[in-house]
Amino acid sequence: MAAIDQSKIRNFCIVAHIDHGKSTLADRIIEQTGLLTSREMQAQVLDNMELERERGITIKAQTVRTVYTAKDGNEYIFNLIDTPGHVDFNYEVSRSLAACDGAILVVDAAQGIEAQTLANVYLALDHDLDVFPVINKIDLPSAEPERVKNEIEDVIGIEAQDAPLISAKNGIGIEDVLEAIVEKIPAPGGDPKNPLQALIFDSVYDSYKGVIVFCRVMEGTVKKGTAIKMMATGASAEVVEVGYFGAGQFIPCEELSAGMVGYLTASIKNVKDTAVGDTVTDLHHPCAEPLPGYKKVNSMVYCGMYPADGAKYPDLRDALEKLQLNDASLHYEPETSVALGFGFRCGFLGLLHLEIIQERLEREYNLDLVTTAPGVIYRVHKTNGDIIELTNPSNLPDPSEIDYMEEPIVNAEIMVTTDFIGPIMQLCQERRGKYLSTEYIETTRVLLKYELPLNEIIYDFFDALKSRSRGYASFDYELKGYEPSKLVKLDILINREEVDALSFIVHADGAYERGRKMCEKLKEEIPRHLFEIPIQAAVGGKVIARETVKALRKDVLAKCYGGDITRKKKLLEKQKEGKKRMRQIGTVEVPQSAFMSVLKLDND
Amino acid sequence: MRDLSIYIHIPFCVRKCLYCDFLSFPVRGAETGGEEELERYQRLLLEEIKQQSIFYKEHQVVSIFLGGGTPSLMTEEQMREIMEQIRAYYRVAEEAEITVEINPGTVTEEKLRGYITCGINRISIGLQSADNEELVRIGRIHTYEQFLETYRAARGVGFTNINIDLMAALPGQSIVSYHNTLRRVVSLRPEHISAYSLILEEGTPLYEKRDRYVFPSEEEDRQMYLMTGRYLSAHGYHRYEISNYAREGYECRHNKVYWQRGDYVGFGLGASSMVEDVRWSNPAGMEEYAAYAVQARTPAASVHAETSADAVRPGENASSVCPHRERLTVREQMEEFMFLGLRMMCGVEREAFGEKFGQPIEQVYGDVINRLCTQGLLMTEHGRIRLTERGIDISNYVMAEFLFD
Repeated sequence: MAAIDQSKIRNFCIVAHIDHGKSTLADRIIEQTGLLTSREMQAQVLDNMELERERGITIKAQTVRTVYTAKDGNEYIFNLIDTPGHVDFNYEVSRSLAACDGAILVVDAAQGIEAQTLANVYLALDHDLDVFPVINKIDLPSAEPERVKNEIEDVIGIEAQDAPLISAKNGIGIEDVLEAIVEKIPAPGGDPKNPLQALIFDSVYDSYKGVIVFCRVMEGTVKKGTAIKMMATGASAEVVEVGYFGAGQFIPCEELSAGMVGYLTASIKNVKDTAVGDTVTDLHHPCAEPLPGYKKVNSMVYCGMYPADGAKYPDLRDALEKLQLNDASLHYEPETSVALGFGFRCGFLGLLHLEIIQERLEREYNLDLVTTAPGVIYRVHKTNGDIIELTNPSNLPDPSEIDYMEEPIVNAEIMVTTDFIGPIMQLCQERRGKYLSTEYIETTRVLLKYELPLNEIIYDFFDALKSRSRGYASFDYELKGYEPSKLVKLDILINREEVDALSFIVHADGAYERGRKMCEKLKEEIPRHLFEIPIQAAVGGKVIARETVKALRKDVLAKCYGGDITRKKKLLEKQKEGKKRMRQIGTVEVPQSAFMSVLKLDND
Repeated sequence: MRDLSIYIHIPFCVRKCLYCDFLSFPVRGAETGGEEELERYQRLLLEEIKQQSIFYKEHQVVSIFLGGGTPSLMTEEQMREIMEQIRAYYRVAEEAEITVEINPGTVTEEKLRGYITCGINRISIGLQSADNEELVRIGRIHTYEQFLETYRAARGVGFTNINIDLMAALPGQSIVSYHNTLRRVVSLRPEHISAYSLILEEGTPLYEKRDRYVFPSEEEDRQMYLMTGRYLSAHGYHRYEISNYAREGYECRHNKVYWQRGDYVGFGLGASSMVEDVRWSNPAGMEEYAAYAVQARTPAASVHAETSADAVRPGENASSVCPHRERLTVREQMEEFMFLGLRMMCGVEREAFGEKFGQPIEQVYGDVINRLCTQGLLMTEHGRIRLTERGIDISNYVMAEFLFD
């Protein structure tokens, strides 16, 4: 095989706001570079996980190599590196960007720039990528390509007048995009003879090959037999196979050299050893220093996950183990709840990540789960000087031992049309936001900057944002740090018994409101028993809200007509079935749905 | 010779009541073919009665019940043909209880006389309430006065066994008005009274409009229900089933067949049957029912026999099987034995369970019974297990406990 001409390689990614057509454009590029026949094309080639397709978002970064014969007659190798499209996965995005030399910015011709677009473009510019825009969905009746071009130039400050006008969905203008990739994205640099220096931007676990490491070779060469070392984790191994990415398949090759994007396998058993952002080097001839930008990814959101059927605990453990092989950002450790039995405290990058894992556990592993209210990590400073990172409210020390507590704060950017500034500012106010600034993007749109406590945005902030702006607001955030806060633990008592799985940490000012809503919600959820059941919310042993589930007084079936016993039995069965899905708390049977429903307390 | 009960379903009514979710629909007016519809249906019934009789040659009919809908839409002539058909093809016991449901305002004295002549010996009149405003609110087609006329006419032509249907917890009903209904009805001295609480069924017009009405509170509903028991018992009616009351000797035999799991066969649209622990329902669509009703059958060796090409079992056609046809498993039979039996105030007999299922009731339900007794919902006495007053109040809860996981 002839050595690949470095000048004919283009490593790039596509950045866009969710729904602006990133995956569809990727499909078209793959299609028109002829790597796949139309018959092989799935609707969206890159998003090959079932869940991703349904949610229309890309969860794991994926990448594909295609060959394009340009108008200049030369064949170019395109390495298209797909990036996750959600704020939860910001770090993965940044590492994927670091593997590229340029980026295509897709902007919806009707909607223009959104907060997430900005965040991703800035991230791309931070990595010194050459970014060129394309205007997508130009065939929509509401498309305003000229306005959007101006917006891109004004807001982002990149040239947009000759941006390709395309419809990825209908295959319009794709050729222009391909030529622009050749022209505007620089060829990679690096010397194949230098010591190996490769960036890990993703990895997946394969039960036969072990971990498959996705990497961009910056310097040097790697091939079968190379002894490698991960500079941050310290793990070392011998390369078994290298190759590049076909669409949905791994195609082995001789070697990967500076400028190339591909994969390597080395019989590595755990994705923890191949952390995203780490540098792969030659064990015997290491490079002088690792590539910049590596950081350990920390979970931001925690919750308890319990099998609905206690006997399924080992199944849940196995499933989490398997998921973690592919997802180093998922953390879990066993915990026990009085109310829910044996389960796990799990850590996630954010709420979307949590929901995705929950859905995968339920769908791919057929598990029925009970999830406790998600919370963030609080820092508890004890009077004796110890600092506890609190992930489970039940572990909060006695108030007398607490000096003060801190909670995580994020820097949030919200892009919204001027009509909705009022409601959105009010929402941020309600969520204890600290106003920083308002920047006018154009006459009708602003970028609001706030500091918000993370625990105020993990529940339903995004939904509230959408509903109060009629869908026009978009939102992005990053962790700023920890700040002292007046936090209390809110306990729920059912029939005077504290239910550990329902406890959570809340700001003191919101405790009453929250407690009241939880009691109301639980009253709806808990069926009537033969006796009266008080439901109480308490802070530090003091009851702040109360509801009562009245005793069951009368429950008699209607006429059973003409001997139609089947129908009557169905009613009784329904009653019985409902009971089976209950958790016993003292003498009270609490439906599992009660634990989940308190997560969705309406705000209005 | 086994006992058999027959249920005949007449799905037609003048107008559907707002709370009704039974299989019934308004019959069209005479000018638009309503009479022909009824006539065609009656001929299907005659045919079904004949075709099905091959399965019941060894049975003796102990009760017949014509329900609906409004069976009293049938003329005396149509009714006579049905009764004659049954007598022609089945062995009907001399003292069989034969009941027809009557809607006030749909019968004349002449029709009632016709009914009694063809052998009907019990009528059940749907009154529901003695308050005309309450009747309007639930969409009944008659007034209390029309009911009185019907009742007097029935007595006049010689009916000596009459049931009156009542409902509590109606929209706009008060404890006082309900008491008044009870008082008026009892003063007529019917032999039997059934009193159900209104249950709002999803999909009924009353359910859809529920926000527009004021329903008695749960506590009022309970008070009405307790009052029913007290008042009727004080006036010589004893409760023999959760919602049924009778003067001495007038318990409804047909109803008890359902609770005691005797064999019954249903004729007509969507009618339910149970014979030797096999349950099925007739097709609920008119054309499917018509095809089912008229098809000639050759009987299989028994209701449980293996099917073969040339012989069918009850609840089957040569080409199709009735909806929900299933042979109950022993566990299902046990469940029914309990939750149906407990509807009766006399409860279930321990030994009867043991005899039927070959194992003592304690072995199967010992834990459940003990727990429910401890909770004060069941009591055991003279070898029987029955609901306590509290158990009657929440009988659903109690009965659901007897279902297996």
